[in-house]
Amino acid sequence: MTMLPPAGGKKLGLVIDLDTCVGCHACAVNCKEWNTGGHSAPLPDNGPYGTDPNGVWFNRIHAFEAGEGTNSRTVHLPRSCLHCEDAACVTVCPTGASYKREEDGIVLVNEDACIGCKLCSWACPYGAREYDTDAGVMKKCTLCIDRIYNENLDEGDRVPACVSTCPASARHFGDLGDPESDVSRLVAERGGKELMPEMGYKPVNRYLPPRPRKRNAGDTGAAPRLDRVIAPQADGSGRFLRWVDQILSR
Amino acid sequence: MHPAYSVIFFTTASGAGYGLIALMALFGALEGVPADPWFGAVGLGVGAALATGGLLSSTFHLGHPERAWRAYSQWKSSWLSREGVLATAVYLPLALTAWGWIVEGRMDGAYGFFAIVLCVFCILTVHATGMIYATLKTISAWHNRLTVPGYLAFSLLTGSLWFHALAQIFGYQTPEIALVAVVALFLAFYIKRKYWRSIDTTPGPATPESATGLGDIGKVRLLEPPTMTKNFVQREMGFTVARKHAQKLRRISFFAYFLIPLVLTGLTSSAESWIAIPGTLIAALSVSVGVVIERWLFFAEAKHAVMLYYGAESA
Repeated sequence: MTMLPPAGGKKLGLVIDLDTCVGCHACAVNCKEWNTGGHSAPLPDNGPYGTDPNGVWFNRIHAFEAGEGTNSRTVHLPRSCLHCEDAACVTVCPTGASYKREEDGIVLVNEDACIGCKLCSWACPYGAREYDTDAGVMKKCTLCIDRIYNENLDEGDRVPACVSTCPASARHFGDLGDPESDVSRLVAERGGKELMPEMGYKPVNRYLPPRPRKRNAGDTGAAPRLDRVIAPQADGSGRFLRWVDQILSR
Repeated sequence: MHPAYSVIFFTTASGAGYGLIALMALFGALEGVPADPWFGAVGLGVGAALATGGLLSSTFHLGHPERAWRAYSQWKSSWLSREGVLATAVYLPLALTAWGWIVEGRMDGAYGFFAIVLCVFCILTVHATGMIYATLKTISAWHNRLTVPGYLAFSLLTGSLWFHALAQIFGYQTPEIALVAVVALFLAFYIKRKYWRSIDTTPGPATPESATGLGDIGKVRLLEPPTMTKNFVQREMGFTVARKHAQKLRRISFFAYFLIPLVLTGLTSSAESWIAIPGTLIAALSVSVGVVIERWLFFAEAKHAVMLYYGAESA
């Protein structure tokens, strides 16, 4: 049914650390690799060697610049389904093909009931759903339900493919409905963020913002006495002394 | 949003069809037009053909049209499902009204009641179509309080001008029918003008900063999209129409759906005039063209929040 299950239970999801993500796309590649043989298989991969290769990916890596000048940062942002608590992609579905599981909050598509009207992709602000032109149905991240409960895998491997492959350990998987879980603690500690909270879809996944830049000696764990002592002046005077101070503070 | 021709044809044709059926039913029930079987057959027939043709064309863009029946199941939560249920339910009062008008040649008593029910179901169906768009918070131009009134007004507009033309052809034209057409013209013009002003001045709720959660660092801009070529999301949601073209198309549609039909309806208000029949027909055709342009703009001008991840500065 496209009615949403009652809130408050288990909320499986991802916590993605934007401080450590290096934008290598390994998570997206392993996602495609696993899922083209998994629950939603096959994922289309049309014209892979042509001029316009296209196909379904559940995970896509964007790179953004934030801020200006010396304070600016380059941040890689892997984007996949956030398994929203108030998932509009589920409620708009006319057939009941799109559903949210009561037991763990995972949002899935029943491909046998999907008519391919694409309305769910219009209802998602995160671009999580991609249409399979070959099969005529909508596809999306399954949070690797065929891995996380798979007793044929070693217990350590029962995490989504993207999490298992991340070389920077920037991706974490767990129950965000349990405030005592490792992922919930990580979110609390690092001030994990929702994407587009104003849309009101209550995404489950969280993004850990980049840590503040370490500009001064004290920030890096060195003795605070090495911090710069001359503050910048509004009129720009004292530049030379500030430069000397900066060099000597390193 | 990508303006898919099947969806544009569906919403404009079915809107015109339901508008025409609703007005036929209303005027028939109130005896504003005589219960002439030929007039009933042509009027209700054209309306039903437009509505049905529209509904069928809407299944062309489905990945699995053979499963379309499944869309009746989720009326509790989905406006698309409700639209399907209502569009199908219309056929029952339509059949009963048509029986009275075409077979029995009368619209009094129970047939008048069926016709009123038919009119209400037509309005509810067009309302449901509008709600599919109006409930999408991701598209701020559609999540607008004027979206549903716009759909209803343009359905009334196209329906009333085709009703006027048919009444003219059959010689049943009355000042009331012309009045409904003129009121519909001004109503649609007023709502669309207000709608365009609203979407031009209302910023979308989300920003690149909120989409990425990086607003604390400063202004956010896209450095690299995920792939070099466009994916499904960019193709479906990333359609952009140049602002100057949008302005030009708005003006063209204004002439087609408002000014030309208004002048022609004024000229043909006295039924004796020789241009009455061609005039009302051209007015109806002009409105139909104008509404297609209006509907194309409704899609092409709508910006989707997901494009904030692909370099849009607002959505």
